[in-house]
Amino acid sequence: MAGGAASGGNATSEAYAPARGWLLLPTWVVLGIVVLAPIVLMLIYSFLTKEFRGGVIWEFSVDAYDQFFFDRGLFGDDAPTIQWAYIQIFWRSIWQATLATIFCLLIGFPTAYFIATRPANQRTIWVFLITIPYWVNLLIRTVSMRFILRDQGPLNDLLQWTGIVAEPLTIINTNLGVQIGLFYSYLPFMVLPLYAAIERYNFSLSEAASDLYAPRHKILTRIVLPAVKPGLIAGCILVFVPSLGSFLAPDLLGGARNFMIGSLIDEQFRGSAGNWPFGAAASMILLTLVLLVLMVLARQQARLEKGAG
Amino acid sequence: MTKQRPIAIDIQKVVKRFGDFTALKEVSVSIGDNEFFTLLGPSGCGKTTLLRMIAGFEDVTAGAIFLYDQEIAKLPPNKRPINTVFQNYALFPTMSVLENVGFGLEMQGKSRAEARRQAGEMLELVQLSQFAHRKPSQLSGGQQQRVALARALAPKPRVLLLDEPLSALDMKLRKSMQLELKHIQRETGITFIFVTHDQEEALTMSDRIAVMSAGEVQQLGTARDIYENPRNMFVADFIGDTNLLEVSVDKIENGRATCHLGGGHELTCDPVAGVDTGARVHLSVRPERLFLSSEPEEVESLRGRVVENIFIGTDITTILDLGVGPQFRVRASNSDRGNLRVFEPGQNVFVNMERGAARLLVD
Repeated sequence: MAGGAASGGNATSEAYAPARGWLLLPTWVVLGIVVLAPIVLMLIYSFLTKEFRGGVIWEFSVDAYDQFFFDRGLFGDDAPTIQWAYIQIFWRSIWQATLATIFCLLIGFPTAYFIATRPANQRTIWVFLITIPYWVNLLIRTVSMRFILRDQGPLNDLLQWTGIVAEPLTIINTNLGVQIGLFYSYLPFMVLPLYAAIERYNFSLSEAASDLYAPRHKILTRIVLPAVKPGLIAGCILVFVPSLGSFLAPDLLGGARNFMIGSLIDEQFRGSAGNWPFGAAASMILLTLVLLVLMVLARQQARLEKGAG
Repeated sequence: MTKQRPIAIDIQKVVKRFGDFTALKEVSVSIGDNEFFTLLGPSGCGKTTLLRMIAGFEDVTAGAIFLYDQEIAKLPPNKRPINTVFQNYALFPTMSVLENVGFGLEMQGKSRAEARRQAGEMLELVQLSQFAHRKPSQLSGGQQQRVALARALAPKPRVLLLDEPLSALDMKLRKSMQLELKHIQRETGITFIFVTHDQEEALTMSDRIAVMSAGEVQQLGTARDIYENPRNMFVADFIGDTNLLEVSVDKIENGRATCHLGGGHELTCDPVAGVDTGARVHLSVRPERLFLSSEPEEVESLRGRVVENIFIGTDITTILDLGVGPQFRVRASNSDRGNLRVFEPGQNVFVNMERGAARLLVD
């Protein structure tokens, strides 16, 4: 991913000039249909008026955003006050996603390092083992997790049987439950890019550092981590972004009190209780937030690559 | 070692096994302080393994390694005052040239400012000061090689290990780096242990050479010693160009061994311990120790027919058929124009050798 498009074949060569336009056409069509159109649609819907029983009335309105940010409303008689409920849900989502990213990193890095340092013919087997659970639908896996974690589930049985806890731990319907769900769902998204980066890492650099008096922790922080930074950033993005918008883990493992943005949005498009413009507005706000985070990370990576020449 | 100097690295009966494979079979070598020492051998002979054991990247299966009388075989690499110039340089790609060179100093506990100052001095020594703030990927192969050298020298190690550091450079650059390395070694007074498979490189640079093959040291000595007195067939064949003849020893008397090589050819040479009358052994004669003439000019001469003359710039090599054994090569210097007589293919000539040119080899 580090500047792969740079140099290589000369795409600006005169010979390709007439064909360039239509050769790129499929790309633009696909990007337009799968990226641009849904976002534009969402943006339009967020400024429409809600229809009860779902759907929209084609009439401009900022009600959705108004409802998200303000109590009593900008257009009411009373002075508007900030509506904290939704902002709190956003805040909870951000820190749950951040925590999930950190845990995935702490477990994912040693895992990826372990796999990348196996003999070449064994690595594929390890990667395969990591991905096996993900052949099963996420919903089913999350429901299974609920069974494992519940008060009378196997985890609590084990903890009580070994005498670690006397009373069953309540994990379901807590923030911890959501966190375990997020961590479990997105761990491979951290392991795989990290593995790809570490596998390409030139281990003789570690030898050279060790030769130059570096103890093990310095080799990790000064040599290995900077070298695999692109994989690290990719892994963090791949865990953070879907965690932020996740709704299965919060719904099934967090319950009503531990709502996240994903669930909030999901609810707006379900059945008669839904509010399409509000769901669209919440999506737009989430999208803006994610883009801001990505822009910061992208800028950092660009600086890194510029430095590496 | 001419005079008594302290021993920098003492390798005592070191064995290395990888599973069933024995890479080193009881190798013992003592390397003197301030010596330019070379481990020479073909790939797979165990020379790099030995170097990596001195650096600490491989553990020792059996035996001991001493650095100035301190046993180091159990120390991790970062606890050994020994630095390495790696074959692929292994420069840190995310750091600048200056940071690369200063890394070892910083890890030794010097402040960042002090590390940078000393790294700057090191870069001056290898004439790369103007590239201090570039990344290694922005340098040419030769420049990267110098950075690797500066980085390994900066912490002032007691011994510097060099693992085929010049193998990636083109010939001209390699020749100039050979001289420069030798020069830096003399200037810094650091013991250098150099690994190479290039015998010419070894002969050019080394104070002493250990010729290795199949996990053993075949011969240890100065360049001249090894070239002129190869101990066995492997050394004679690996170092320089040589004619190897299969002979039987007919008799040994008056300090001379008389051998015949079939086809009516007979030679006498100095006997060696371990070769007795009746033995079938090999005899080595360097091509440049021979000269051709139409009449026998020395006591020791063989008859042959010229097959081909090959002009290789500095020399002319004449290939001869002795009627027995493989083709025979004679080399004459091209600078000797006045006296140089070139025989045409098909001509019958005498191949003359001075006393001591032919050597019997054990095995």
